[in-house]
Amino acid sequence: MSFNAVAAVLAIPAVAAALLALLPNYRLSARLNVLATLLTFLAALSLFFERPATGPYVLVDDLNNVFIVLTTFVGFTTSAFSASYIEHEIETGRLTPAFLRFYHAMYQVLMFAMNLALVTNNIGVMWVGIELATLTTVLMVGIYRTHEALEAAWKYFILGSVGIALALFGTILIYMAAEPSTGAGLNAMVWTDLVAKAASFDPALLNLAFVFLLLGYGTKVGLFPLHAWLPDAHAEGPTPISAVLSGLLLNVALYALLRFKMLLAASPNALAPGPLMVSMGLMSLVFASFMLYRRRDIKRMFAYSSIEHMGIVTFAFGMGGPLANFAGLLHMSLHSLTKSAIFFAVGDIAQVKGTQKMADIGGLTSTNPVLGWGLVLGVVAIAGLPPLGIFMSEFLVVSSTFAREPLLALPLVLGLLVAIGALFLRLNAVAFGEPRGLNHKAKGSYVPMVAHLGLVLAAGIYLPPTLVVWFQNVAQLLG
Amino acid sequence: MALILKLAVQAAQMMLVLALAPLLTGFVRKVKARLLRRQGPPLLQPYRDLARLLRKEVVLANSASWLFRACPYLIFAATWVAAALVPTFATGLMFSWSADLIVIIALLGLARFFLALAGLDVGTSFGGIGSSREVMIASLAEPAMLMIVFTLALVAGSTQLSTMAGFLGSGAAGLRVSLGMALIALVMVAIAENARIPVDNPATHLELTMVHEAMVLEYSGRHLALIDLSAELKLLLYVSLISCLFLPWGIAAPGAAISALLIGVATYLAKLALCGFLLAVFETSIAKMRVFRVPEFLGAALMLGLLATLLMFVSRSL
Amino acid sequence: MQNLTFDIAHLLAGSLVLVSFMLLYQDRLYALLNVYALHALVLALSVAWQAYAQDAPHLYITAAIALLFKAIVIPVALHRMIKQLGIHREIDTVVGIGPTMLLGMGLVALSMVVMLRVTTEADPLAREDLAFALSVVLLGLLMMVTRRNVVSQVVGFMSLENGLVLAATGAKGMPFVVEISVAFSILIAFIVIGIFLFRIRERFDTVDTHALDRFRGEQP
Repeated sequence: MSFNAVAAVLAIPAVAAALLALLPNYRLSARLNVLATLLTFLAALSLFFERPATGPYVLVDDLNNVFIVLTTFVGFTTSAFSASYIEHEIETGRLTPAFLRFYHAMYQVLMFAMNLALVTNNIGVMWVGIELATLTTVLMVGIYRTHEALEAAWKYFILGSVGIALALFGTILIYMAAEPSTGAGLNAMVWTDLVAKAASFDPALLNLAFVFLLLGYGTKVGLFPLHAWLPDAHAEGPTPISAVLSGLLLNVALYALLRFKMLLAASPNALAPGPLMVSMGLMSLVFASFMLYRRRDIKRMFAYSSIEHMGIVTFAFGMGGPLANFAGLLHMSLHSLTKSAIFFAVGDIAQVKGTQKMADIGGLTSTNPVLGWGLVLGVVAIAGLPPLGIFMSEFLVVSSTFAREPLLALPLVLGLLVAIGALFLRLNAVAFGEPRGLNHKAKGSYVPMVAHLGLVLAAGIYLPPTLVVWFQNVAQLLG
Repeated sequence: MALILKLAVQAAQMMLVLALAPLLTGFVRKVKARLLRRQGPPLLQPYRDLARLLRKEVVLANSASWLFRACPYLIFAATWVAAALVPTFATGLMFSWSADLIVIIALLGLARFFLALAGLDVGTSFGGIGSSREVMIASLAEPAMLMIVFTLALVAGSTQLSTMAGFLGSGAAGLRVSLGMALIALVMVAIAENARIPVDNPATHLELTMVHEAMVLEYSGRHLALIDLSAELKLLLYVSLISCLFLPWGIAAPGAAISALLIGVATYLAKLALCGFLLAVFETSIAKMRVFRVPEFLGAALMLGLLATLLMFVSRSL
Repeated sequence: MQNLTFDIAHLLAGSLVLVSFMLLYQDRLYALLNVYALHALVLALSVAWQAYAQDAPHLYITAAIALLFKAIVIPVALHRMIKQLGIHREIDTVVGIGPTMLLGMGLVALSMVVMLRVTTEADPLAREDLAFALSVVLLGLLMMVTRRNVVSQVVGFMSLENGLVLAATGAKGMPFVVEISVAFSILIAFIVIGIFLFRIRERFDTVDTHALDRFRGEQP
């Protein structure tokens, strides 16, 4: 019974992808898409209660249990949002039914790939999963086939491929470091064995491998200076894809980095990767915060916000120590929920106003109250204000930084404040004041957005104790 | 007695080199002509040309200085010494202790320097063109040559030509990709230094396409004879260099008997013929490059040399 | 004969680096495709030799795949595509060929120094394989960065993949990931080349990525 959960989490998306590639009716495909993601989510939920035994290919431990459930949940809500969103896309002619078949099939392939990367114990299979996920998103970003979309997709492809290649090289180096201790073949790629024997690996090789992995998977996470693909990909792709990219794919890439960081932490002679991650995280944070001011496209602005938050998380993990690591894990989960909620809102706004330019959007709270106030709540959440969840994780990061490296706390807080300022400035223009711009009917459903924001609000007030314990365990292992 | 014998062998090499140089040039010309379905000049024509030039009167420009008259002798002396030092039929000859590859490059550099000066000396524009092009080619060819020397020195453990030839001849080097790259780079540098197609056309009459010929445009009589002989010696030098390093079979070991020396001479002649033939085929099958593309060509030779050195470092430090 | 094994492996891996430099030197599209076919051929030979030296028969399959697809099918397909779409056949570079080659030399030297210093414990064959593989990867990266033509960027990426395959075979006993990565690369090559070239071509009448810069959206 226990193994079936993992098999289900992988098999359902795979089968659904095959089916969706064949179904011509897009309405039916959209509903099937939602059904498939719901089933996957339920299968993943069962992992909360019963975990399968750790095998050479399968691993479900405290770290990825939450992320599997989170990924399938956000996948489910996004598909629900997408099902209603695409009506409008068909109406305006931006997408044809043929492309929608492709879109739905690719969506399920993406879910499959992310789940594969999350549940596997084999570092090679993890790489395969992330590469497949990147490829599907590249294809989906370019789906509108406008000039800008093609440029965004091409840039994403080039940078993503470079990232994939560097990550593979890092994986090969890890194998080389492991091979003398674990023996050649599959044994040297099983993560649990690697962590157990990490103390006997060659530290220089491990360090070099981690640098490559940081560069490779860091490109996927969108860290400065490897972030160039992120704003374009978010702005030019369909909104459900932006939600999935920001909410899920960045997380999965960071999760891969965390697995390797745990490997490095288990080896006492290896160089601490902390300073590198701290500097990259801090640079991403400060850079993105300042960039937030000059954005004129709403999706692009929230893309930079994603870069900023990934910077905070990387910074937290770079700082190390149980508190900062816990904060990082919490932040990853909450950011995923919040950012996807914001993108749901933004997608609806783009449909209502017919544009993504913020200069043409205004007075949302008066014209579309649910949407407007939802956006306000989302921005308040992402800016890190209480009582929403992100406040807690940001507060933990800041306080642990003050305790350990007070000097670093200065740019950290500066970045956070700058970001808050920029977000509220734009929010004011968009949500309040005189109504501006067109006013179509919103087709996308509001339910997913409300559900996510509700969860974030609940997490800010009460975190389930099992979750806290799991995260604390992982925080210890992260070193 | 042994000393006199050694001296004789060394002198024989010096004379052999001097005697064979025009023959090699004549052979290459003959093969080229035959490949182009012409009869071509006789094999011994270069000797006749040299004799004719020696008999003729020297005509000097008014603006020629003492340097102009001295250069041919300097160039000839430097080139002859360099050519005489390269092992042809035997290694370990009497003066082979001075036969360091870097010394040979320095001697050739000296000769080139004086030739360039001579080209500038008279003050004509064609001489200037020739000198400037020659020096541009040299500025790329010399680093490439040095890289090749480094590679070979890393393989053989010394820059002394006799030691190198002995080491490479004994087969101790094994199959090295660096040696292959060094060979290709050396061939490219040799083509550039000897003013062969595709870098320069030795048979051209168009001044604007000349490099080497433009520098010697003003020379006549015995001066021109010496410069022509120097050019032929340089070609022989490079061919001997390539043969002794990369085709080291048949070279007599130091202190060998007369029979081994004779076998060495025979194999040396065969190698000259082979290389001359290959050069003629190569020149006939390719077109001359435009002058601004020569840096790319030589840049490729430099890269090959650098790469060969790097790869040598890698395999040595493993 | 152990020395001979090592020498031949060294010869083939070094030749792969050399052919990567040749790729950087090309300025005509058809010539580039031919040199890439040579690159894939040398890779196939190198992998086959590793299969023999390490006594790992599954690597022969990898070599066959590299030979068949990368050396034959993909260059021919790209050739046809270029002819059909009438793509601009001269390659523009961001910096001149000379500085590019010098930069390439610097990258090769860097990768040698880094890899050799780090892998002091492994066996010599694996060490030099990894050092050369990293050089090929970095040279492929350099090619992607210094070229404006889309096809040459894709060729740069494929040469980068070849370097990765070399690295994976050098790491002794690395399991089926090699086959998977090879299969993936081919898949990527086909899908992306096909889709993007056709879309870019019909959108822009050129495959020059500089023309794409006009549609960059907001800066940056």
